Amino acid sequence: MKLLNQLTRNPSDPKIIKSGTSSAGPADSLTRGLAWFGICLGAVELIAPRRISRALGVDSPGARMLIRAFGVREIAAGVLTLSTEKKIGLWARVGGDALDIAALTSALNTYNPQRKTVGAALVAVLGVTALDLLAAGQVTARSARKQPARNYSDRSGFPNGTGRTRFGSVQSPAREMQMGVPGSQRRH
Amino acid sequence: MKALVWHGKEDIRCDQVSDPEIEHPRDAIIKVTSCAICGSDLHLFHNFIPAMLPGDIMGHEMMGEVVEVGSGVNGNLKKGDRIVVPFTIFCGECDQCKAGHYSVCQRSNRNKDLADKVFGHTTAGLFGYSHLTGGYPGGQAEYLRVPFADTTHIKVPDGLTDEQVLFLGDIFPTGWQAAKQCDIQDTDTVAIWGCGPVGQMAIRSAMLLGAKQVIAIDYLPERLSMAEACGATTINFKEESVVERLNDLTHGVGPDKCIDATGMESHVSFSQPDTIYDRAKQMMMMENDRPHVLREMIYVCRPAGVISIPGVYSGLIDKFPMGIAMNKGLTFKMGQTDVNRWTDDLVRRIADGEIDPSFVITHTAKLEDGPEMYNVFRDKRDSCIKVVLKP
Repeated sequence: MKLLNQLTRNPSDPKIIKSGTSSAGPADSLTRGLAWFGICLGAVELIAPRRISRALGVDSPGARMLIRAFGVREIAAGVLTLSTEKKIGLWARVGGDALDIAALTSALNTYNPQRKTVGAALVAVLGVTALDLLAAGQVTARSARKQPARNYSDRSGFPNGTGRTRFGSVQSPAREMQMGVPGSQRRH
Repeated sequence: MKALVWHGKEDIRCDQVSDPEIEHPRDAIIKVTSCAICGSDLHLFHNFIPAMLPGDIMGHEMMGEVVEVGSGVNGNLKKGDRIVVPFTIFCGECDQCKAGHYSVCQRSNRNKDLADKVFGHTTAGLFGYSHLTGGYPGGQAEYLRVPFADTTHIKVPDGLTDEQVLFLGDIFPTGWQAAKQCDIQDTDTVAIWGCGPVGQMAIRSAMLLGAKQVIAIDYLPERLSMAEACGATTINFKEESVVERLNDLTHGVGPDKCIDATGMESHVSFSQPDTIYDRAKQMMMMENDRPHVLREMIYVCRPAGVISIPGVYSGLIDKFPMGIAMNKGLTFKMGQTDVNRWTDDLVRRIADGEIDPSFVITHTAKLEDGPEMYNVFRDKRDSCIKVVLKP
């Protein structure tokens, strides 16, 4: 990257001396981390479903298919979370976490010889779910419209009044009333 | 000096950087007194424009005071002059500049070879808008080097405030050019998609140019209220069908002229399935832009009408209804803005009190607060429409 910067910049272009605070806050960093974690986990689920199903003591063709499907879901949610639609991506991850918890809970029975592994996986998923909820809550709150929309109906931009500028001459009061903008009283 | 620097997707920082220097005799350095965050800066913020590199200084809407001039400026500028800097850098001497097509100046893009390969032929250099358009440091900074400064400037007449003239550098002439391209007649209905800053300027420009009816389309109440303030009829696309309402308002014939002031990031809505399709493809890097507005304009525009596109598009689009456009005989006009082609007229109109572009400013902040203001602008928090920064 440094070489590319040198190739594309003039030597006298301003260079960074000291970096300041980023527009990306802690919620953005957490979001990015969760997205990449999900993409990596999804890739593992797609590539090695047999190893996962054996580790969880549920190896069967159906279980392997389900793990692959979960892998696709993880990757899709991860890509969405990395995009500008991160709020939707994070809530999709929370929904996916619920599916993971349901699937692992069903495998957590006394007949499963790997129930300790399943229990550990469940704890890990619960931890990730907490982080997903935290990030989703912060991103949602940040983009929420907390105050009612402001009314800018006093900003015509036409200091001489709308009728005058639009038609090249002062309009009749009837015309201005029809337009609903008595120009002389407007802020510009 | 301080400057807002691009470090990556959604990562803008107020950094301490070295001061700009005169590189060429036609350069000037200005001390920036006001600059703005433009809607098209959000495309860079979201990393939708290719060829941005960490360390690039943002900003292409700025003005200030000349503090240093090169030896080749030839008296066109002198220290102490107050100027607005157009976002398109132009030499004033090439064939395109002589024809008034400043936005496709053949000499000002210092990465011409790269632009030739990508665009077929180079376009003008732009401030703070990727290495494809020259990689010039932008004006969200305390100081700015202005290349080709003897031509690339707009002198500010005495008595006008920064807020009145700042937008001569981009959004006002951009909205104006969008309307001029429509060749508006006094019988025309002009429909404008997007009531952000460029849309607001296009609405008022269409009125100044004598449109019979101006219709503004958006979903944010604060933007619609600003559009209504000057007499535009508004359509909230989340509450009603744009096509049906436009046909109602035009007695079934459709608007004569359509302006796309939205560009590549059309709003994604479950009520408009093509927007979800576009967003998914954009996310998978299978499409650069979301052209929902273009599709809608082509569908609803009156046959033989004009489609004017000031909104920024970056690359490839999908599902473009070329058959409809061809059969309806539509005329397409688009492009970056030939800023200085229009500014003499616009300066006069501001000075005469015909229009005061400062109406669009909703937020003013210090340059140091710029990174957070990018978030505010992106999220449309606090009814934010236009941010002006004071270095």
